[in-house]
Amino acid sequence: MDEVAQKIRTFVIDNLLFGQGGDSFSNDDSFLEKRLIDSMGVLALVEFVAEKFEIPVADSEIVPENWDSVNLIARFVQAKLGSVAS
Amino acid sequence: MMETIPVFSEKVLDIDAEAVTCAIAESVRQTVFGRLRRRGAVVGLSGGIDSSVSAALCVKALGKDRVLGIMMPEDESSEESLDLGRQLADAIGIEYVTEHIGPTLKALGCYERRDNAIRKIIPEYGAGWKSKIVLPDLVKSSNYALYSVVAQSPTGETYRVRLNSESYLGVVAATNFKQRTRKMMEYFHADRLWYAVAGTPNRLEYAQGFFVKNGDGAADFKPIAHLYKSQVMQLGSYLGVPDAILRRSPTTDTYSMEQSQEEFYFALPLKTMDLCLYARNHNVPSSSVAEGTGLSVEQVGRIYDMIDSKLNSTRYLHLGPQLVEKIEEVDASVHD
Repeated sequence: MDEVAQKIRTFVIDNLLFGQGGDSFSNDDSFLEKRLIDSMGVLALVEFVAEKFEIPVADSEIVPENWDSVNLIARFVQAKLGSVAS
Repeated sequence: MMETIPVFSEKVLDIDAEAVTCAIAESVRQTVFGRLRRRGAVVGLSGGIDSSVSAALCVKALGKDRVLGIMMPEDESSEESLDLGRQLADAIGIEYVTEHIGPTLKALGCYERRDNAIRKIIPEYGAGWKSKIVLPDLVKSSNYALYSVVAQSPTGETYRVRLNSESYLGVVAATNFKQRTRKMMEYFHADRLWYAVAGTPNRLEYAQGFFVKNGDGAADFKPIAHLYKSQVMQLGSYLGVPDAILRRSPTTDTYSMEQSQEEFYFALPLKTMDLCLYARNHNVPSSSVAEGTGLSVEQVGRIYDMIDSKLNSTRYLHLGPQLVEKIEEVDASVHD
Protein backbone atom coordinates (compact mmCIF):
# COMPACT_ATOMS: atom_id res chain seq x y z
CA MET A 1 0.00 0.00 0.00
CA ASP A 2 1.50 3.34 -0.89
CA GLU A 3 2.21 5.89 1.77
CA VAL A 4 -0.62 8.27 0.78
CA ALA A 5 -3.23 5.51 0.87
CA GLN A 6 -1.86 4.28 4.20
CA LYS A 7 -2.19 7.72 5.80
CA ILE A 8 -5.74 8.07 4.51
CA ARG A 9 -6.69 4.60 5.68
CA THR A 10 -5.23 5.26 9.13
CA PHE A 11 -7.18 8.52 9.40
CA VAL A 12 -10.42 6.77 8.44
CA ILE A 13 -9.92 3.99 10.98
CA ASP A 14 -8.73 6.21 13.83
CA ASN A 15 -10.97 9.24 13.40
CA LEU A 16 -14.07 8.08 11.59
CA LEU A 17 -14.38 4.50 12.79
CA PHE A 18 -12.84 5.26 16.18
CA GLY A 19 -10.40 2.37 15.96
CA GLN A 20 -13.11 -0.18 15.16
CA GLY A 21 -13.85 -1.95 11.93
CA GLY A 22 -10.35 -1.75 10.54
CA ASP A 23 -10.82 -5.18 8.96
CA SER A 24 -14.23 -4.42 7.55
CA PHE A 25 -13.21 -2.64 4.37
CA SER A 26 -10.63 -2.68 1.64
CA ASN A 27 -9.06 0.35 0.04
CA ASP A 28 -11.31 -0.10 -2.96
CA ASP A 29 -14.56 -0.45 -1.05
CA SER A 30 -17.12 2.28 -1.56
CA PHE A 31 -17.73 4.25 1.64
CA LEU A 32 -21.26 5.02 0.43
CA GLU A 33 -22.20 1.46 -0.42
CA LYS A 34 -20.75 0.07 2.79
CA ARG A 35 -22.26 2.97 4.77
CA LEU A 36 -18.92 3.40 6.46
CA ILE A 37 -18.93 7.16 6.71
CA ASP A 38 -21.53 9.86 6.24
CA SER A 39 -21.31 13.40 4.90
CA MET A 40 -19.68 14.65 8.10
CA GLY A 41 -17.04 11.99 7.64
CA VAL A 42 -16.40 13.12 4.09
CA LEU A 43 -16.01 16.68 5.34
CA ALA A 44 -13.49 15.54 7.95
CA LEU A 45 -11.59 13.60 5.28
CA VAL A 46 -11.46 16.60 2.97
CA GLU A 47 -10.10 18.79 5.74
CA PHE A 48 -7.57 16.17 6.80
CA VAL A 49 -6.33 15.62 3.26
CA ALA A 50 -6.12 19.35 2.47
CA GLU A 51 -4.07 19.97 5.61
CA LYS A 52 -1.94 16.83 5.61
CA PHE A 53 -0.93 16.95 1.99
CA GLU A 54 -1.12 20.75 1.66
CA ILE A 55 -3.33 20.64 -1.42
CA PRO A 56 -6.26 22.88 -2.34
CA VAL A 57 -9.63 21.15 -2.67
CA ALA A 58 -12.33 23.01 -4.56
CA ASP A 59 -15.96 22.49 -3.62
CA SER A 60 -16.59 21.10 -7.09
CA GLU A 61 -14.00 18.39 -6.41
CA ILE A 62 -15.84 17.04 -3.38
CA VAL A 63 -17.71 14.34 -5.26
CA PRO A 64 -17.85 10.56 -4.83
CA GLU A 65 -15.59 10.09 -7.86
CA ASN A 66 -12.77 11.56 -5.78
CA TRP A 67 -13.73 10.63 -2.21
CA ASP A 68 -15.66 7.38 -2.12
CA SER A 69 -12.81 5.01 -1.23
CA VAL A 70 -9.30 5.11 0.16
CA ASN A 71 -7.81 4.48 -3.27
CA LEU A 72 -9.96 7.10 -4.97
CA ILE A 73 -8.81 9.68 -2.45
CA ALA A 74 -5.19 8.57 -2.82
CA ARG A 75 -5.48 8.91 -6.59
CA PHE A 76 -6.99 12.37 -6.19
CA VAL A 77 -4.17 13.42 -3.85
CA GLN A 78 -1.47 12.05 -6.17
CA ALA A 79 -2.97 13.95 -9.09
CA LYS A 80 -3.02 17.13 -7.06
CA LEU A 81 0.54 16.66 -5.83
CA GLY A 82 1.62 16.03 -9.37
CA SER A 83 0.00 19.22 -10.62
CA VAL A 84 1.28 21.24 -7.63
CA ALA A 85 4.84 20.07 -8.32
CA SER A 86 4.73 20.96 -12.02
CA MET B 1 -58.02 -9.44 -21.49
CA MET B 2 -54.94 -7.38 -20.75
CA GLU B 3 -54.43 -6.60 -17.09
CA THR B 4 -54.14 -2.89 -16.30
CA ILE B 5 -51.25 -2.17 -14.05
CA PRO B 6 -52.01 0.95 -11.99
CA VAL B 7 -49.52 3.76 -12.41
CA PHE B 8 -47.80 4.75 -9.21
CA SER B 9 -49.11 8.17 -8.29
CA GLU B 10 -49.85 10.43 -5.35
CA LYS B 11 -53.19 8.69 -5.04
CA VAL B 12 -51.41 6.03 -2.98
CA LEU B 13 -51.33 8.59 -0.19
CA ASP B 14 -55.09 9.22 -0.22
CA ILE B 15 -56.71 8.50 3.14
CA ASP B 16 -60.19 8.39 4.60
CA ALA B 17 -59.71 11.49 6.72
CA GLU B 18 -62.65 10.76 8.98
CA ALA B 19 -61.54 7.22 9.72
CA VAL B 20 -57.93 8.22 10.30
CA THR B 21 -59.02 11.04 12.61
CA CYS B 22 -61.11 8.62 14.67
CA ALA B 23 -58.27 6.12 14.89
CA ILE B 24 -55.74 8.73 15.98
CA ALA B 25 -58.17 10.30 18.46
CA GLU B 26 -58.79 6.92 20.06
CA SER B 27 -55.07 6.21 20.24
CA VAL B 28 -54.32 9.61 21.79
CA ARG B 29 -57.08 9.14 24.31
CA GLN B 30 -55.79 5.73 25.34
CA THR B 31 -52.26 7.04 25.53
CA VAL B 32 -52.82 10.29 27.42
CA PHE B 33 -55.55 9.17 29.81
CA GLY B 34 -54.75 5.48 30.01
CA ARG B 35 -51.05 4.86 29.62
CA LEU B 36 -49.61 8.22 30.68
CA ARG B 37 -52.41 9.10 33.13
CA ARG B 38 -52.27 12.77 32.24
CA ARG B 39 -55.15 15.28 32.25
CA GLY B 40 -54.57 16.75 28.81
CA ALA B 41 -52.01 17.75 26.20
CA VAL B 42 -49.67 20.62 25.51
CA VAL B 43 -48.93 21.39 21.85
CA GLY B 44 -46.30 23.83 20.64
CA LEU B 45 -47.91 25.82 17.82
CA SER B 46 -45.59 27.00 15.08
CA GLY B 47 -48.30 28.16 12.71
CA GLY B 48 -47.44 25.24 10.44
CA ILE B 49 -49.66 22.41 9.27
CA ASP B 50 -48.09 19.69 11.42
CA SER B 51 -48.57 21.35 14.80
CA SER B 52 -51.99 22.60 13.69
CA VAL B 53 -53.22 19.14 12.79
CA SER B 54 -51.65 17.67 15.92
CA ALA B 55 -53.49 20.18 18.09
CA ALA B 56 -56.78 19.63 16.25
CA LEU B 57 -56.43 15.87 16.75
CA CYS B 58 -55.74 16.36 20.44
CA VAL B 59 -58.98 18.35 20.67
CA LYS B 60 -60.86 15.51 18.99
CA ALA B 61 -59.29 13.06 21.39
CA LEU B 62 -59.34 14.89 24.68
CA GLY B 63 -61.72 17.82 24.31
CA LYS B 64 -60.76 21.43 23.75
CA ASP B 65 -60.63 22.20 27.47
CA ARG B 66 -57.82 19.73 27.91
CA VAL B 67 -55.47 21.08 25.24
CA LEU B 68 -53.11 24.02 25.73
CA GLY B 69 -51.43 25.64 22.75
CA ILE B 70 -48.09 27.37 23.24
CA MET B 71 -46.65 29.92 20.85
CA MET B 72 -42.93 30.44 21.35
CA PRO B 73 -41.61 33.20 19.12
CA GLU B 74 -37.98 34.28 19.26
CA ASP B 75 -35.98 37.12 17.80
CA GLU B 76 -35.72 35.54 14.35
CA SER B 77 -39.02 33.74 13.92
CA SER B 78 -41.60 35.20 11.58
CA GLU B 79 -44.53 37.27 12.78
CA GLU B 80 -46.65 35.19 10.48
CA SER B 81 -45.94 32.08 12.56
CA LEU B 82 -47.28 33.76 15.65
CA ASP B 83 -50.33 35.08 13.88
CA LEU B 84 -51.16 31.72 12.30
CA GLY B 85 -50.68 29.92 15.60
CA ARG B 86 -53.26 32.18 17.18
CA GLN B 87 -55.65 31.69 14.27
CA LEU B 88 -55.41 27.96 14.71
CA ALA B 89 -55.95 28.11 18.45
CA ASP B 90 -59.05 30.23 17.91
CA ALA B 91 -60.31 27.95 15.15
CA ILE B 92 -60.19 24.85 17.34
CA GLY B 93 -61.23 26.67 20.49
CA ILE B 94 -58.24 25.99 22.72
CA GLU B 95 -56.61 28.14 25.33
CA TYR B 96 -53.11 29.29 24.40
CA VAL B 97 -50.15 31.10 25.90
CA THR B 98 -47.35 33.02 24.22
CA GLU B 99 -43.86 32.63 25.62
CA HIS B 100 -41.19 34.72 23.97
CA ILE B 101 -38.01 32.69 24.17
CA GLY B 102 -35.77 35.31 22.58
CA PRO B 103 -34.31 36.53 25.89
CA THR B 104 -33.63 32.96 26.97
CA LEU B 105 -31.87 32.19 23.70
CA LYS B 106 -29.86 35.36 24.00
CA ALA B 107 -28.81 34.48 27.53
CA LEU B 108 -27.74 31.04 26.30
CA GLY B 109 -25.65 32.69 23.61
CA CYS B 110 -27.68 31.00 20.86
CA TYR B 111 -27.46 33.86 18.38
CA GLU B 112 -23.93 34.88 19.32
CA ARG B 113 -22.53 31.34 19.13
CA ARG B 114 -24.23 30.81 15.78
CA ASP B 115 -22.85 34.07 14.44
CA ASN B 116 -19.36 33.25 15.71
CA ALA B 117 -19.48 29.94 13.87
CA ILE B 118 -20.48 31.70 10.63
CA ARG B 119 -17.78 34.32 11.10
CA LYS B 120 -15.16 31.57 10.89
CA ILE B 121 -15.93 31.36 7.18
CA ILE B 122 -17.50 34.76 6.47
CA PRO B 123 -15.44 37.12 8.65
CA GLU B 124 -17.61 40.14 7.82
CA TYR B 125 -20.78 38.49 9.17
CA GLY B 126 -22.23 40.56 11.96
CA ALA B 127 -25.04 42.77 13.19
CA GLY B 128 -27.79 43.24 10.65
CA TRP B 129 -26.81 40.22 8.58
CA LYS B 130 -29.19 37.34 7.95
CA SER B 131 -28.39 33.74 7.19
CA LYS B 132 -29.63 30.22 6.57
CA ILE B 133 -28.02 26.91 5.75
CA VAL B 134 -28.81 25.04 2.56
CA LEU B 135 -27.97 21.79 0.82
CA PRO B 136 -26.87 21.43 -2.79
CA ASP B 137 -29.16 19.75 -5.27
CA LEU B 138 -28.80 16.11 -4.30
CA VAL B 139 -31.10 14.74 -6.94
CA LYS B 140 -29.72 16.15 -10.16
CA SER B 141 -26.25 14.75 -9.52
CA SER B 142 -24.34 12.74 -6.96
CA ASN B 143 -23.43 15.43 -4.47
CA TYR B 144 -22.56 14.86 -0.86
CA ALA B 145 -24.99 16.43 1.58
CA LEU B 146 -22.62 19.22 2.58
CA TYR B 147 -24.28 22.36 3.84
CA SER B 148 -23.44 25.87 2.78
CA VAL B 149 -24.35 29.03 4.58
CA VAL B 150 -26.20 31.67 2.61
CA ALA B 151 -25.65 35.04 4.21
CA GLN B 152 -27.15 38.38 3.31
CA SER B 153 -25.49 41.62 4.34
CA PRO B 154 -27.54 44.60 5.59
CA THR B 155 -27.08 46.20 2.15
CA GLY B 156 -28.47 43.16 0.37
CA GLU B 157 -25.40 41.36 -0.97
CA THR B 158 -25.74 37.60 -0.75
CA TYR B 159 -22.90 35.15 -0.21
CA ARG B 160 -22.94 31.38 -0.35
CA VAL B 161 -20.03 29.57 1.27
CA ARG B 162 -19.65 25.87 2.06
CA LEU B 163 -19.44 25.26 5.78
CA ASN B 164 -16.39 23.46 7.08
CA SER B 165 -16.98 20.88 9.80
CA GLU B 166 -16.25 23.24 12.70
CA SER B 167 -18.59 25.91 11.38
CA TYR B 168 -21.32 23.46 10.42
CA LEU B 169 -21.36 21.78 13.80
CA GLY B 170 -21.14 25.16 15.52
CA VAL B 171 -24.11 26.58 13.60
CA VAL B 172 -26.24 23.50 14.17
CA ALA B 173 -25.37 23.20 17.85
CA ALA B 174 -26.20 26.84 18.50
CA THR B 175 -29.39 26.74 16.46
CA ASN B 176 -30.52 23.59 18.29
CA PHE B 177 -30.95 25.76 21.36
CA LYS B 178 -34.16 27.00 19.76
CA GLN B 179 -35.86 23.62 19.56
CA ARG B 180 -34.57 22.53 22.96
CA THR B 181 -35.68 25.74 24.68
CA ARG B 182 -39.14 25.40 23.17
CA LYS B 183 -39.41 21.84 24.42
CA MET B 184 -38.30 22.97 27.88
CA MET B 185 -41.13 25.49 27.88
CA GLU B 186 -43.66 22.88 26.74
CA TYR B 187 -42.65 20.60 29.60
CA PHE B 188 -42.92 23.45 32.09
CA HIS B 189 -46.57 23.93 31.16
CA ALA B 190 -47.17 20.20 30.97
CA ASP B 191 -45.74 19.72 34.44
CA ARG B 192 -47.79 22.51 36.02
CA LEU B 193 -51.01 21.23 34.42
CA TRP B 194 -50.26 17.50 34.67
CA TYR B 195 -50.54 17.30 30.91
CA ALA B 196 -48.61 15.28 28.35
CA VAL B 197 -46.47 16.90 25.65
CA ALA B 198 -47.41 16.24 22.04
CA GLY B 199 -44.66 15.97 19.46
CA THR B 200 -45.65 17.07 15.99
CA PRO B 201 -43.34 15.49 13.43
CA ASN B 202 -44.81 13.94 10.30
CA ARG B 203 -43.45 10.67 8.97
CA LEU B 204 -40.88 12.24 6.69
CA GLU B 205 -39.40 14.22 9.56
CA TYR B 206 -39.59 11.38 12.06
CA ALA B 207 -38.23 8.65 9.81
CA GLN B 208 -35.54 10.76 8.20
CA GLY B 209 -34.34 12.31 11.43
CA PHE B 210 -35.30 15.91 10.70
CA PHE B 211 -35.60 16.89 14.32
CA VAL B 212 -33.36 17.94 17.17
CA LYS B 213 -32.57 15.28 19.74
CA ASN B 214 -34.27 16.28 22.97
CA GLY B 215 -35.59 19.31 21.16
CA ASP B 216 -38.60 18.90 18.90
CA GLY B 217 -37.71 15.20 18.93
CA ALA B 218 -38.77 14.91 22.56
CA ALA B 219 -42.40 14.27 23.42
CA ASP B 220 -44.73 12.01 25.35
CA PHE B 221 -46.70 11.06 22.26
CA LYS B 222 -46.60 11.87 18.56
CA PRO B 223 -50.02 11.72 16.91
CA ILE B 224 -48.95 12.21 13.28
CA ALA B 225 -45.50 10.60 13.15
CA HIS B 226 -46.93 7.74 11.06
CA LEU B 227 -48.53 10.04 8.48
CA TYR B 228 -46.94 11.24 5.27
CA LYS B 229 -47.01 14.99 4.79
CA SER B 230 -49.67 14.73 2.09
CA GLN B 231 -51.87 12.83 4.53
CA VAL B 232 -51.35 15.49 7.19
CA MET B 233 -52.58 18.02 4.63
CA GLN B 234 -55.69 15.91 3.99
CA LEU B 235 -56.43 15.82 7.70
CA GLY B 236 -55.85 19.55 7.89
CA SER B 237 -58.61 20.16 5.37
CA TYR B 238 -60.94 17.74 7.12
CA LEU B 239 -60.30 19.16 10.61
CA GLY B 240 -60.93 22.75 9.59
CA VAL B 241 -57.39 24.08 9.89
CA PRO B 242 -57.47 27.68 8.60
CA ASP B 243 -56.81 28.12 4.87
CA ALA B 244 -53.88 30.41 5.52
CA ILE B 245 -52.09 27.53 7.25
CA LEU B 246 -53.06 24.99 4.60
CA ARG B 247 -51.72 27.28 1.88
CA ARG B 248 -48.54 28.27 3.68
CA SER B 249 -45.26 27.10 2.13
CA PRO B 250 -43.54 24.81 4.59
CA THR B 251 -40.76 26.66 6.32
CA THR B 252 -38.33 25.66 9.01
CA ASP B 253 -38.67 29.14 10.60
CA THR B 254 -35.32 28.47 12.26
CA TYR B 255 -32.94 30.86 10.53
CA SER B 256 -32.99 34.62 10.11
CA MET B 257 -33.30 34.19 6.33
CA GLU B 258 -36.37 32.33 5.23
CA GLN B 259 -35.42 28.72 4.63
CA SER B 260 -37.77 26.39 2.84
CA GLN B 261 -37.97 22.84 4.06
CA GLU B 262 -36.76 21.77 0.62
CA GLU B 263 -33.54 23.74 0.97
CA PHE B 264 -32.94 22.03 4.27
CA TYR B 265 -34.05 18.57 3.25
CA PHE B 266 -33.31 17.28 -0.23
CA ALA B 267 -33.80 20.08 -2.72
CA LEU B 268 -36.96 18.27 -3.77
CA PRO B 269 -40.55 19.40 -3.51
CA LEU B 270 -41.96 17.97 -0.30
CA LYS B 271 -44.72 16.25 -2.22
CA THR B 272 -42.18 14.34 -4.27
CA MET B 273 -40.06 13.48 -1.26
CA ASP B 274 -43.15 12.21 0.53
CA LEU B 275 -44.11 9.99 -2.37
CA CYS B 276 -40.58 8.64 -2.71
CA LEU B 277 -40.48 7.78 0.98
CA TYR B 278 -43.76 5.90 0.62
CA ALA B 279 -42.41 4.14 -2.45
CA ARG B 280 -39.20 3.16 -0.66
CA ASN B 281 -41.13 1.84 2.30
CA HIS B 282 -43.25 -0.27 -0.03
CA ASN B 283 -40.41 -1.41 -2.31
CA VAL B 284 -41.94 0.20 -5.36
CA PRO B 285 -39.58 -0.21 -8.33
CA SER B 286 -37.70 2.93 -9.33
CA SER B 287 -39.17 2.72 -12.82
CA SER B 288 -42.74 2.95 -11.49
CA VAL B 289 -41.86 5.89 -9.27
CA ALA B 290 -40.14 7.62 -12.16
CA GLU B 291 -43.21 7.20 -14.31
CA GLY B 292 -45.47 8.56 -11.59
CA THR B 293 -43.32 11.54 -10.60
CA GLY B 294 -41.61 12.68 -13.77
CA LEU B 295 -38.19 12.02 -12.27
CA SER B 296 -35.69 9.88 -14.12
CA VAL B 297 -35.05 6.33 -12.95
CA GLU B 298 -31.54 7.41 -12.03
CA GLN B 299 -32.85 10.27 -9.91
CA VAL B 300 -35.25 7.96 -8.09
CA GLY B 301 -32.36 5.62 -7.43
CA ARG B 302 -30.42 8.50 -5.95
CA ILE B 303 -33.37 9.49 -3.77
CA TYR B 304 -33.73 5.91 -2.55
CA ASP B 305 -30.03 5.90 -1.65
CA MET B 306 -30.44 9.20 0.22
CA ILE B 307 -33.43 7.86 2.15
CA ASP B 308 -31.52 4.73 3.15
CA SER B 309 -28.43 6.68 4.03
CA LYS B 310 -30.33 9.19 6.16
CA LEU B 311 -32.15 6.40 7.98
CA ASN B 312 -28.78 4.91 8.83
CA SER B 313 -27.01 8.11 9.79
CA THR B 314 -29.80 9.39 12.04
CA ARG B 315 -30.14 6.29 14.22
CA TYR B 316 -28.43 8.30 16.92
CA LEU B 317 -31.41 10.65 17.09
CA HIS B 318 -33.83 7.83 17.81
CA LEU B 319 -31.75 6.06 20.40
CA GLY B 320 -32.62 6.64 24.02
CA PRO B 321 -30.06 6.51 26.80
CA GLN B 322 -27.84 3.45 26.42
CA LEU B 323 -27.50 1.37 29.58
CA VAL B 324 -24.76 -1.04 30.53
CA GLU B 325 -27.32 -3.67 31.43
CA LYS B 326 -31.09 -3.98 31.48
CA ILE B 327 -32.97 -2.68 34.49
CA GLU B 328 -35.66 -5.33 34.56
CA GLU B 329 -37.97 -3.71 37.03
CA VAL B 330 -38.17 -0.55 34.92
CA ASP B 331 -38.50 -2.48 31.67
CA ALA B 332 -41.39 -4.49 33.10
CA SER B 333 -43.17 -1.39 34.32
CA VAL B 334 -42.67 0.52 31.05
CA HIS B 335 -43.99 -2.32 28.93
CA ASP B 336 -47.12 -2.99 31.02
